[in-house]
Amino acid sequence: MELTFYIAGAVAVLATVGMLTRLNLVHALLYLVVSLLGVAVVFFVLGAPFVAALEAIVYAGAIMVLFLFVVMMLNVGRLAAETEKQWLTPGIWTGPLILASILMIEVVYLARGGSAGLGAGELGPKEVGIALFGPYMIGVELASMLLLGGLVGAYHLGCRKAEKPEIQHDADTHERWADTSGDLVLAGTDRSARTP
Amino acid sequence: MFSLGLTGLLVRRNLIFVLMSLEVMLNAAGLAFVVAGSRWHQADGQVVFLFILAMAASEVAVGLALVLQIYRRFKTLDVDALSAMRG
Repeated sequence: MELTFYIAGAVAVLATVGMLTRLNLVHALLYLVVSLLGVAVVFFVLGAPFVAALEAIVYAGAIMVLFLFVVMMLNVGRLAAETEKQWLTPGIWTGPLILASILMIEVVYLARGGSAGLGAGELGPKEVGIALFGPYMIGVELASMLLLGGLVGAYHLGCRKAEKPEIQHDADTHERWADTSGDLVLAGTDRSARTP
Repeated sequence: MFSLGLTGLLVRRNLIFVLMSLEVMLNAAGLAFVVAGSRWHQADGQVVFLFILAMAASEVAVGLALVLQIYRRFKTLDVDALSAMRG
């Protein structure tokens, strides 16, 4: 049991190092997913299956899809076919594949050997739910308000407004400082005084 | 893992990498909470991890929206290039 814990932790750390050393965003995302799955296996070994499932679903599922969306939106039309051809070469996905297969073997082993409980035994979803909706009720409400705020803020920032196009000047030239034709206005400056 | 995330935050100069390093740091903090909760057999650690999860989700949503806006406006994601912006 302890061995699985250490192997999963090592996989998570190695995948994080791999994420930091990649140059391509999508490769780094791949390593990050493997790292999060490794942390999920660590949670499972520690006797927290509920949190392990949430980690796999929310982090490795939802948040990574969000990242992937943004990466794809930023990559629009920029040598898309060539980069895609490069991504499919086998040297890229072997590293994450090896780490993920180690995790897969561990999960199969754990599923066959029954549930784990390193430390002081298993804490199931029932105890977590009782604690969550008992003494931590205020925290749940605060988290819901935070999520609502995040939703509204992300929508407000993400929607494309019909804004006046801002003219790009070279840095530190006179035109750049004089021009305030875009939506961005220099704070504390008088527009009418600057523009003729 | 927290130190790895911090290193990534300091080393990398791409905004998306900075956000991913933030994810790793939050994840490491949550891992510490769950380990402590499992050590003393309390459910509080997992509850706090749930809060961290919610916070990370909303933070990533807002951060990625900001990244999109910045990319539309400046056509770059380099933090060093962005540090010179003056409205």
